[in-house]
Parts: sequence; C-alpha cells; structure tokens
Amino acid sequence: MQFDVEEIRKDFPILNRKVNGKDLVYLDNAATSQKPKEVIDSIRDYYMNHNANVHRGVHLLSVEATDAYENARIQISDLINCPNSNSIIWTRNATESLNLVASSWALDNLTKESNIIITNAEHHSNLVTWQQVSEKTGCDLRYLNISDGFDLSDFENLIDEKTKLVAVTHMSNVLGYVVPIEEIVPLARKYDARVLVDGAQSVPHMPVDVLALDIDFLVFSAHKMLGPTGIGVLYAKLDLLEDMNPYMFGGDMILEVTYEDAKWNRLPYKFEAGTPNISGAISTGVAANYLMKIGMENVWEHENSITKYALEKFRELNNFNVIGDNVTQRRGGVISFTHNKIHPHDIGTILDKQGIAIRTGHHCAMPLIRSYGVVAAARASFYIYNTLQEVDQLVEALQDAEDFMV
Amino acid sequence: MNMSGLSGSDDLNGMYEDIILDHYRNPRNTSSLSKPDLELDVNNPFCGDELKIQLNIKDDTITGVSVSGQGCAISQSSGSLLAERIQDSSTDTVIHVIEKVRKMMKDEPISDDDLDLIGDIEALQGVKKFPVRIKCALLGWSALEDLIKKP
Ligand SMILES: Cc1ncc(COP(=O)(O)O)c(C=O)c1O
Repeated sequence: MQFDVEEIRKDFPILNRKVNGKDLVYLDNAATSQKPKEVIDSIRDYYMNHNANVHRGVHLLSVEATDAYENARIQISDLINCPNSNSIIWTRNATESLNLVASSWALDNLTKESNIIITNAEHHSNLVTWQQVSEKTGCDLRYLNISDGFDLSDFENLIDEKTKLVAVTHMSNVLGYVVPIEEIVPLARKYDARVLVDGAQSVPHMPVDVLALDIDFLVFSAHKMLGPTGIGVLYAKLDLLEDMNPYMFGGDMILEVTYEDAKWNRLPYKFEAGTPNISGAISTGVAANYLMKIGMENVWEHENSITKYALEKFRELNNFNVIGDNVTQRRGGVISFTHNKIHPHDIGTILDKQGIAIRTGHHCAMPLIRSYGVVAAARASFYIYNTLQEVDQLVEALQDAEDFMV
Repeated sequence: MNMSGLSGSDDLNGMYEDIILDHYRNPRNTSSLSKPDLELDVNNPFCGDELKIQLNIKDDTITGVSVSGQGCAISQSSGSLLAERIQDSSTDTVIHVIEKVRKMMKDEPISDDDLDLIGDIEALQGVKKFPVRIKCALLGWSALEDLIKKP
C-alpha cells in the first residue's frame, strides 16, 4: 500500500477540531495516540448490535461477542507474528501486563540469589515493578546504562549465571532509542535468563516479531496504537504461561470449582479473571488491522523521515537542547528537549495556545530525566498522521515562545 | 520582539502579564540571608519547581526576606512577587495576604480593599484560566504559610 499521509489524516475525526482557535497539531503520541474512525465505529457497533458477555451464553449475541473477542486475539497475534493466539493475554495496559509477569512468574522464580537486569531508561512501570520484586524476593536489580546508546560489552559485564530476567524497553519513551533486542537475546539465552520486552513504544510504531526476536514476554498497550484505553496485551511463550499460576481469581479463569478447591481454566483464560473489556479487545483488533493494512514498515519509515527532519530543525534552534542528540542509535519518533532558560511547562502552555499538544514533565522516567541534570523536559512524539508541515509549525511556535518569554 | 502568533492570545497575555514576565526575568530578593530566622525549601516533584524561602522576623515584622529557586515562570514570578510584598509587613498582614491570594486563585470574589492589600500580585489572576498551573502560582504561598504559622 502506498503511504499517503493526507489520506490517513481523513480517517482521524479529531484532527478536524480546533484547539484554542487553531488547527490541532497533535504531537503527544507517546502518551496516547488518536483513534481512526474504524476503531471508534467498532466500539459503537459492538454496543449497538452485538453486546453480550463472552464465553457464557448459548444465545446468538453471546456467540457473536465471543467470536469477535477471540478474533481480535488472532489479529493481535498476526500483528506481532505470534504463532498461537493462546499466548495472547488481554490485560488493562502494559503496566498490568508487567504486574502479571511480576506476580505470576517473577515472585515464584526469583530468590535472593538471583538478579534482574533493566536499563536506566525504563518507564516507571518497568522499573518500580521490578524494584518491588526485588524488595519481596531479595533479588538484585541491576541497571544497564543506555544513555549513550546500547553497548553490548556493558551488557556482557552485567549479566551472569544468576540473572533470571532481562526486562528492557524496546524503545525509550524519553530518548526514542531503539534497544537492539536481537543483541540481548542470544546472551540472555547463554545464561538461561528470560527476556521481557516493554513494547509500549515499539509495537505501535515498528514491526515487532516475537518469533524472530525469540523473546519470552512482550507487553504493550492498545491506546498507544490507535486502540482504546483500558486494554493491553501480554504475550508470553506458551510453556511459560503453562507453568505460571494466575494472580487474579474469579469467574472465567476456572474450569471446575468445588467448595474445597478449583481447577484453572486453559490458556489464555487462566489469566483473564472476570468479565473482560470486550469492546476494547474487539476495537484493538480493528486497530491492529488498520496498522497492518498500512504496513508496519511504512509506519516506521514515515515516522523516521519526520523525526530526521525535526532533529535537523531542532539543531538549527539556539537554546533548545534535544536530550540524547549526541547518540547515533537507531531512534523512533520521540524528541525530548529542554530550553536553556524556559521551563517546559511554560513551553507547553504557550504551544497549547497555538493548538500544538506536546507533553511536559518527567515522562514517568524521573531518575532518567534527573540524570540529565533537569527535573522536567518537553517532548514531541510523532505518529502516522503527522506531517512535515506540523514539524515546521512546532519549530516556529518554539521560536515564538522564546521571543515571548526571554 | 516577534510575537506573531502569540500576541493575539488574550488568555496567554493574561497569564503571562507584563508584571509576571518582569518578575520572572528579574526576580527580586533572591540573595540569601546571612542569618535567616526561618527557612524552608519546597518543591513540586511533578514539574520540578523549586523555591527556597528565608525570613528574618523581628517583633512580628518581616525584616528580611529571600526567595530563590528554579522552575516555571509562574512559580518563580509568584515567589518574587511574594518577597516584594511581604518585606517590612507584619506577620498578621502576611497571613491576611496569603488568605486573599488563595481566595483570588480559587476564583472567589474579593473586595477592592483586598485588591489594594495584595497589590501587584493581582497579576497572577490570569493563571486561573490554566487550572494545572494554579499549583505553580501557589507553591511559594503555601510554603510561606507553613513557615509563619508554625508555632
Ligand atoms: C515505554 C513505556 N512503557 C510502559 C508504558 C506504560 O503504559 P500504560 O500506562 O499504558 O500501562 C509507557 C506509557 O507511557 C511507556 O512509554
């Protein structure tokens, strides 16, 4: 399919709205993406025509709801090239997927002898979770510094026989760096450590192939990939899931219950206690389909060209500094920046008046942001519907902001 | 100064009034006191605004005040306005001013007398239109309240 950003923009109703009298320029995609009409319509269609609980009724609506819900699981499998849709567990978001792995796998498999390796650039969800596991099991939490890019020998120095888990972001939501998972996995295998990839920022923006990468766990959220909020995914290898115990209990996750005991349901239901987010799953399937129609390579290419262009523009600006711009690591469409004098919040407020939405703050990565000697940063992040012209608008607004404030 | 797209925005000009920008660019009373009677560091971890407030108090009068820090234009100018306003005021007056500033930021009606009392601080009114920034405006005032209401 030919990538035509103007055609794509037509699919996103929200891009027609005005913000403070200006056309919306939405550059906060790393926080959450906008949704195409197809996705929005699928939620409405579900509630208008098919609403029923899943896996429970013999009536037609329940059958339709169940089929659509399970079909979405297959669409997600296709997106990440997962060979068996029983490996796909629906959760609320990437954060819940991480907590599932922590509770159902890590607490049972780690001891005070073991260690976990994460990077210094993790989102709080892939940091605090392991801090807690470390607290509960006494295991060691080791940090791989990727501020200057991923360095294989640093990783080699950190990993050892006692490493049980390497949990890394695929793409940093602050630096935009893509961590080369294909360099991590072989070494992790050598030491028999499991590899968890935080795909919250990668799955929406680039091809991610769980088979080719040969990773053990992948987590991501639907809302950053054109889907709704309140639904996320855990992918895990089947043999791991088989061995893991559920950490949430209730309906749907059981096979047989007596007053004394219960038998767990088969995968993936063992990990899906209670009535799930049915419309969320269905519309996430639609979102995955939409992305696959465009092609993840095309998505990546488009964002790459915008990011390259934006980085060049930023380098021409005085007083604005891109965090991590010195590193020539492969990077996605995230640019975090500061100004020598102006606080990010002032920049954010002034840009908002121009209809330009960016993120300001610590981006849920407090220790990383602090390591750059600042307490907050501004961040522009791109997606399929952003244009070079919007980058020009951003840069112009930044110059105006400087003139206004300084 | 080129304010092409910006000068047209009334809200923005209302929030970043000339007085605010002036205090932000040239904050008053920033040099620290050699022997402060009271001192407090406050910060807002979410946006990273930081202020240090130092006071000298003699016979219930603020005889010396220093406010310094780093952060957004609203928190820093508000701190500077605060310092300018309370210098040489009685602690009773200061408590009164704090109360009026809070009232103003909550969008409660305040009288002309109150406006006289708070003076230039009225310029912070524009921040009300930006709810997420009210915390920035009140950072210094909350700290001051903690400082002088402490027994
Ligand atoms: C890299 C990364 N990991 C995890 C998350 C958490 O996603 P969620 O809040 O949807 O669970 C985010 C979201 O900002 C992220 O950017």
